Amino acid sequence: MTSTTLIEQLAGIEPGSALAQALSTRAEVIRLSQASHDAVIVPREPGGLSHGLRAALAARMARQNADPALAAHYEACLARTGEVEAVPLSEPERQRITAILRHADMLTLSPRDATRADIEALKAAGVEEPDIVRLAELAAFVNYQVRVLAGLKVLRGNR
Amino acid sequence: MSNVVHTFTSTVPVWSPYVTPVDLASATPEQMAAMQVTPSNKGVSKYVLTLAHDPESLAVRSPLFNLIMYGKDGLSSAERELGAVGASVVNRCIYCAAVHASRFNGLTKRPDVIEAIFKDELDAKIEPREQAIFDFSARLSTTPSQLTQGDADALRKAGLDELEMLDLVLSSAIFGWANRLMHTLGEPLET
Repeated sequence: MTSTTLIEQLAGIEPGSALAQALSTRAEVIRLSQASHDAVIVPREPGGLSHGLRAALAARMARQNADPALAAHYEACLARTGEVEAVPLSEPERQRITAILRHADMLTLSPRDATRADIEALKAAGVEEPDIVRLAELAAFVNYQVRVLAGLKVLRGNR
Repeated sequence: MSNVVHTFTSTVPVWSPYVTPVDLASATPEQMAAMQVTPSNKGVSKYVLTLAHDPESLAVRSPLFNLIMYGKDGLSSAERELGAVGASVVNRCIYCAAVHASRFNGLTKRPDVIEAIFKDELDAKIEPREQAIFDFSARLSTTPSQLTQGDADALRKAGLDELEMLDLVLSSAIFGWANRLMHTLGEPLET
């Protein structure tokens, strides 16, 4: 990784432009966004969501948001974890992962439809409560990042 | 048991989590630091106690959120709140919408704007500059990839400069985050 943040790398802002200047005024926001990325993708304490699972979910969320460049970044993160081999899962673990995947899709595509039943379904499938919060933070961050990038893209062309 | 609030309101409800919040008495030092608990600040909301299950995220998200919503210069505080309301209406986060609608009202003393938004939601008709801000936030919140040049042009036409437009992107986007926590991890109850 270079010293520039992911948002700067992917946004393709022209140096010296008014937008580049505005972004440098908000440099601390961009720095904290990068720190948030690291906290959800490669946390010191991943709990029941491994670094590989997190990267795979983030790539899926980026694709669901039609952002292939961001998806490619997360696929590269996944490759770096080495967790790319298909491994046979026990039945309880298969159920847990299936529930996580279903919930991640809801968080990305239709968060307005969320209800208590969604959280109960996760618990019933064996997802621990701290992991329910970790999953929400992961999805919430990636959906934030997608929107920052989409916003910068239209501002960039707006001269 | 109190009733769940299902309609938009500027009266702030009580947020009740679906997961068990961290118990303050048994929180780890890392969780205490992420919640910013100090000897002089022991009041911690259920929301923060819930998010303390993931202290690494909470520790960086809190300063990021505060900087985006309450930073100096650029877009006015009221207009950042309007960006937050736009996202919260799209994601139907009743609690977030109430908090930020009431902040907008407190800053502007013009409750008619929020009344129009809560009545007609995405079809609300408001003053031109506020309309451009609200519409942009709603479109960024709905399907970000469908945002177009025309959406940014509308902001510039309404008089927003580069930094103000960036602040609107950030304040709308951070509610793509906040709504996905608040609305999916708990529910708003009548006070």
